Amino acid sequence: MAMVCARIRLCFAAIALLLLAVAAAPVAAQQPNSVNPNGSAVQEQQLLDQLHRVQGLGTIPDTKSYVIEQPQGREWRLFHEGYLPWIGGVVILGAIVVLLLFYFIRGVIRIEGGRSGRTILRFTAVERLTHWTIAISFVILGLTGLNISFGKSLLLPLIGPDAFSRWSIAAKYLHDYSSIPFVIGVLVLFLLWVRQNFFTRVDLRWFQEGGGMVGHKHPPAYKFNGGQKLLFWLVVLATIGVALSGFSLLFPFYLTNILGMQTSEIVHAVIAMLFIGLILAHIYIGTLGMEGGFEAMGTGDVDLNWAKQHHALWVEQELGQGRAATPPAGAAATPAE
Amino acid sequence: MARMKFLCDADRCIECNACVTACKNENEVPWGINRRRVVTLNDGKPGERSVSMACMHCTDAPCASVCPVNCFYTTADAVVLHSKDLCIGCGYCFYACPFGAPQYPRVGNFGSRGKMDKCTYCTGGPEPDNTAVQYAKYGADRLSQGKLPLCAEMCSTKSLLAGDGDIIAQIYKDRVAKRGYGSGAWGWQTAYRETIAT
Repeated sequence: MAMVCARIRLCFAAIALLLLAVAAAPVAAQQPNSVNPNGSAVQEQQLLDQLHRVQGLGTIPDTKSYVIEQPQGREWRLFHEGYLPWIGGVVILGAIVVLLLFYFIRGVIRIEGGRSGRTILRFTAVERLTHWTIAISFVILGLTGLNISFGKSLLLPLIGPDAFSRWSIAAKYLHDYSSIPFVIGVLVLFLLWVRQNFFTRVDLRWFQEGGGMVGHKHPPAYKFNGGQKLLFWLVVLATIGVALSGFSLLFPFYLTNILGMQTSEIVHAVIAMLFIGLILAHIYIGTLGMEGGFEAMGTGDVDLNWAKQHHALWVEQELGQGRAATPPAGAAATPAE
Repeated sequence: MARMKFLCDADRCIECNACVTACKNENEVPWGINRRRVVTLNDGKPGERSVSMACMHCTDAPCASVCPVNCFYTTADAVVLHSKDLCIGCGYCFYACPFGAPQYPRVGNFGSRGKMDKCTYCTGGPEPDNTAVQYAKYGADRLSQGKLPLCAEMCSTKSLLAGDGDIIAQIYKDRVAKRGYGSGAWGWQTAYRETIAT
């Protein structure tokens, strides 16, 4: 009898426990408590709208890793891959086309009256050495720089990825190291020539008369004509531009943050492309474009007729200061008895 | 084919850095390189939030687009990888990347950065799968063994999810529905041009 009661008590206890368990079970189908513990926390879109980046605090020494989202990288990519090739293509190919047209339509600018056979010193050895230093550096800088922008479209399909990568690594070092003689050279020429490159009324007349290139007038000029002075100042300004932006690129994140680096690259590339266009015109006029022009930088001595035609006032100055031109041919021969 | 993505649930990340440690260990990442990192927003203030970030393996990856030597490629699983043999260390991929994924081992003269290194989704690189040379250059190749990246596998709170984009988006949506809140998939709009509707 006691056994049966015990078993019945056990059954009741079990049922009671079961009922308790069922009653206390969480009702899973109910809506959960929507208390958002992160209610006051920032949202991604909010940060992007206000600061255009998502930046916090990390635990590693690399502080630029604390920026975890900077969507302006996409804008930089759009400029670098979308707009810059067009800018470069238009400026450089456009310069070549314009120069070709000029060559075929206007032709080479001849020395009027032909060469006299007498020469006068125009550029000293120091000036020429510095000029050629910057000229060679510029060609290296230009070609290696264009390799970054156009190499993968133009050169990579021709030589394949391995050769192109090896060339590009070498090109990167050539570019970085050639920048030093270039900037120093421009600085030296600036110091040597700045006093002769201030604009005067003579230059205004030179521009008005087309510099002798457009039309056939003969405006006089001192050592540097208006066009050369313009080139001088454009070169100095462009060099300052590429040198400063280039310095920032050479020492990444030393001067600025990622937005600054992206801006440096854009400034560097755009100025460089325009610079290349400008120098193509300079190379043209100094080689093909003008008879007797190259000798100025080649040997330093220019034909007297060329000098009188293009830099008449400078010739007067030089002769007036006793810097003689070489005597006429035949005059150094045996003097008349 | 699966389209692999990462999703960091910013409401669950506790900044334990297990993902960072797992990645560094599994891939033998050299000192100074941080393929994955955890960043805390509003540290110490109410509404503090942590996010784990590595490469997002973007659709139309900007890094691949700006590379001057085209050393990037995208696998069939939409993982963005690159070749260290072709890389010239110019740093452009870092300027373009919205997430700061590319890392460079050297701080040398004239910004000579060395070969770029980044999260590979534990997929290795162009060398043959599961060879010693691939491991030495790029780290583990788990994907070819059918495994997911170790960072997500090791996440202590399962806030970092890795896998097919649709699957992890669904996991996240279910999670948000169940708990009632969610701050969205951070970085998805920038990387994949899509958001998860919650």
